[in-house]
Amino acid sequence: MPVAKMVGSNRIVQGGGIVHVLGDADLPQEEEKKLRHDILKRAFDALQHSAENG
Amino acid sequence: MRVVHYLNQFFGGQGGEEAAHLAPHIQDGAIGPGRLLEQVLGADAQVVRTIVVGDNYAAEHVESLSALAVQEVQQCQADLFVAGPCFEAGRYGMAAGALCKAVKAALGIPVITGMAVENPGVDIYRPDIYIVDSGTQVQAMRDVLTTMARLAWKLINNQAIGRPREEGYIPQGILRDDFVERSAAERLVAMVYAKTTGQPFESEFTPPTFSPVPAPAPVLDLSKARVALVTDGGLVPKGNPDKISPYAATNWGAYDISGLDDLHGEDYEVSHRGYDTRYVEQDPDRLVPVDVLRELEKAGVVGKLHDCFVSTSGLANPLANSRRLGREIAEKLKADGVEAVILTST
Repeated sequence: MPVAKMVGSNRIVQGGGIVHVLGDADLPQEEEKKLRHDILKRAFDALQHSAENG
Repeated sequence: MRVVHYLNQFFGGQGGEEAAHLAPHIQDGAIGPGRLLEQVLGADAQVVRTIVVGDNYAAEHVESLSALAVQEVQQCQADLFVAGPCFEAGRYGMAAGALCKAVKAALGIPVITGMAVENPGVDIYRPDIYIVDSGTQVQAMRDVLTTMARLAWKLINNQAIGRPREEGYIPQGILRDDFVERSAAERLVAMVYAKTTGQPFESEFTPPTFSPVPAPAPVLDLSKARVALVTDGGLVPKGNPDKISPYAATNWGAYDISGLDDLHGEDYEVSHRGYDTRYVEQDPDRLVPVDVLRELEKAGVVGKLHDCFVSTSGLANPLANSRRLGREIAEKLKADGVEAVILTST
């Protein structure tokens, strides 16, 4: 997040951590997939709304 | 002194944006700013040839144009190659930088250009060539050319080149040994004192700056949009076919996922030395979420998952290089008709 902000990214969504950005290895498979779904849904929301200049 | 000068269509008097497709127009003698350049260089200097090219043509034909510039400079037996100045004109600056770099590399003669610090050509070419800080105001043409001429003469006469601020060029990011009278501790304390008492001071280390990034417009209808997955986490097919380096990568790869509903660890590896890659190697969907995106595509939430994902490794990479990779990837995806990108970053 701090790096993404520093370089001026306009739409940033927090993921599940550096080693598994779109997941969480500690979760059971189904729950991990749900988490992946939630993160992507937030990304879609960001893509469909206006953003501030970075 | 014999000079070859490069201009875009606008400064070359060929027209504005409508003439941006103009193929190279080569003419003996000086044109427009070239006449002023002759004046400020002095009596013995002569612009023997001018190359005028439309900005779009130049952007699309950088390699052949570089070869052409080298050929013209060689034919003219020129002592100096000058491009621009380009001020804030991005395509012009990119072309000017590329041509200067090519002429310098091929023929070893002095080259010089001028740009505003915001010009994208600056980031890419300032380590290789002297780029005079032109500012953004075209009215400053005479002053900018004067600074360029002064520096050009120094290069031609093999004189020592002073610091960027003294000579008027944009810092090249080079550290040079120098004798100083005060120790680092003394200089640092003096700077802190100046800073806390509101006096001017100059830092010896300039952190990289990031120019503002205009926000792209929102995607109006995601259910009709082609969405691509891009990552800087270094996921590559087994065997790393494009030999993407695990740090300071200089290239990127596009990998086919058409027909795949899920990525399997046994088909991929990770070329990245900046994080613990085991979790992604177990299940690549944790970095490039093809499984869920494919479901969302089938459910009609997104129009189409793009047929390939793009990958490079974002680690210990010089900014100029990262920017080039980003530009190249964006160009490819735009050409492929991609309307939205989800970039997963480790």
